[in-house]
Amino acid sequence: MSTLPEHRRDRVPDTSSEARLLEIRREAESRGVVQAEGVRPPGAPFPKASPETGYYGIPLLKEPQWKWEVPLYFFVGGAAGSSAVIASMAQWIGRDPELARDARLVAAVGGALSSGLLIADLGRPARFLAMLRVFKMQSAMSVGAWTLAAFGTFSGASAFAQFAADYFDSAAIRVVGNIAQGFATALGLPFHNYTGVLIGATAVPVWNENIKMLPVHFGMSGLNSGVSILELMGHDESTALNTLGIVASAVETFEGFHIETNSNREVEPLKHGVTGWTTRVGGVLSGPLPLALRLISAFTKSRNLRRAASWSSIAGSIVTRYAWMYAGKASAKNWRLPLDIPDETAAPKKPTGIAQTTSSLTERVS
Amino acid sequence: MSVTAFLTDSTLCIGCKACEVACKEWNGVSEDGLDWSGYSYDNTGAVGASTWRHVKFVENPPQPGFGGNAADIASWTFSSDVCKHCEEAGCLEACPTGSIVRTEFGGVFVQPDVCNGCAYCVVSCPFGVVARNEKDGRAFKCTFCYDRQKVGLQPACAKACPTESIKFGEIENLRLRGQERLQELHSRGMNDAHMYDPVDTSVKGIHAFFIVRGDERSYNLPPKPEVPTIYLKDGWKSSAFGAGMLLAGSLLAFLTARGSNGSTQRLRNGRR
Repeated sequence: MSTLPEHRRDRVPDTSSEARLLEIRREAESRGVVQAEGVRPPGAPFPKASPETGYYGIPLLKEPQWKWEVPLYFFVGGAAGSSAVIASMAQWIGRDPELARDARLVAAVGGALSSGLLIADLGRPARFLAMLRVFKMQSAMSVGAWTLAAFGTFSGASAFAQFAADYFDSAAIRVVGNIAQGFATALGLPFHNYTGVLIGATAVPVWNENIKMLPVHFGMSGLNSGVSILELMGHDESTALNTLGIVASAVETFEGFHIETNSNREVEPLKHGVTGWTTRVGGVLSGPLPLALRLISAFTKSRNLRRAASWSSIAGSIVTRYAWMYAGKASAKNWRLPLDIPDETAAPKKPTGIAQTTSSLTERVS
Repeated sequence: MSVTAFLTDSTLCIGCKACEVACKEWNGVSEDGLDWSGYSYDNTGAVGASTWRHVKFVENPPQPGFGGNAADIASWTFSSDVCKHCEEAGCLEACPTGSIVRTEFGGVFVQPDVCNGCAYCVVSCPFGVVARNEKDGRAFKCTFCYDRQKVGLQPACAKACPTESIKFGEIENLRLRGQERLQELHSRGMNDAHMYDPVDTSVKGIHAFFIVRGDERSYNLPPKPEVPTIYLKDGWKSSAFGAGMLLAGSLLAFLTARGSNGSTQRLRNGRR
């Protein structure tokens, strides 16, 4: 019986197990009926279960149980995926081999780091392999895991071939490296923004409400950080990178505006409380601030301003992913949304000492 | 093999929690803390990784005649909650490992030796049932006593239920029995009794339906549960649009930058 824990694995229903279940039943029959009227505990009256308060205001949905690694993975994956695309464009369109070289490196390191972060959340390396047992189009996690595995392989091969070509100047190595880079680019396109689909296609209200904007939002955030990492690696004179940074920051500014003007109550965690302010800080750092800095630096050629824009974009991109994660946790705690209960009703008073229904993690957020 | 289901009848439940005990004993599920919640006699709160059956205590203001209560005692209904084993199950669709499968009895089963603890099912369940055991790392929920069903026995909770509030049987037969029971309740004046079985939503029905009195929302039963795969189309469309933006944007950025100042110039200057 694989459903049973180790020490009871061989147990199958037998006369003793069935007798025990009947014993529980008999005991419940004889002692399960409460005869006493009960006492009124301190803090009473407590909220009643009702169509206005739901089931004592206990959240129906489970909070996302992902740990700190996952939002960081969203950030790293976004930067890595975009870098793979930048590498190919720099190499074959922009004729900037130095930029292409570093972008390949960022993609490869990001791909490896992404796998590491995902494995850290899973707990054991072997667990990642379970992702590759099946391919399921209807599971964004499955599509993403395959994309990550393939992207990691090809971006790694591309970067490795590049280093190998330094030592053995062989056309074969360069061709293999370029083919790998081609695949890495094709995979980088879904890889840089699939995480938006991943969290959007869930039961968490603030996420699925924003399914149409999340992939673009996360993708442009990824592009913004990819561009910025490359600039900080010394490519702060590349006009193309500044143009891409301007596009990404402009889109992020628009997305921030989009969130602020959305009056649906599902997006409340993005506008109110700690998660709301985290979202705003992330939004300003990755939208209007770097946009302004980059536009000014385009005219003044100030490298310091561009570096400031890069740092701001990277910080904004990281903060944004954490903001969305914790907004998701706050959203899952909103018991009114899945039960379709209007906001106007008073929140049920929470009795002291309740421990199980709220996790300590999200307690700090709301 | 016939497709099976639970019918949990809250009008018969006495709140004894024998189902919770039997479930934990049979499945070897660990205890989940002994804290007082203050919410009636419900100190469990919700189903989760270590609670696969959960008795809800829906405590309402005194209502003479409700369930045979005296005029000054709170009117109570109890309802044993469980995984709904959806026809279109969010957890099953979302599972990237194929760990979550549909059994020959129609139930939704997490194979613990395959589950890798990605926790994607947790956010994909519209009923908030499945959860990751933080110590173990893997996801757990009601197995529909797959091990017992395989040898022809009924699930442990149904067997231990002293009032047969938890009924187990072939699904269509059970739906019919539920309708008969409703007619009986209505004929006895319990007009607020109804069946919770969201067949008209994207979940397309469940394998654990409930007879409840009054508004189902006071039992934490969502009026309109949706399987999250319905959002996928919009998501991938947006993802494709974003990928197009990245591709076109970087193509144009590098095309326009060609030959202008910036990196190309830097190369001409011979700076590495």
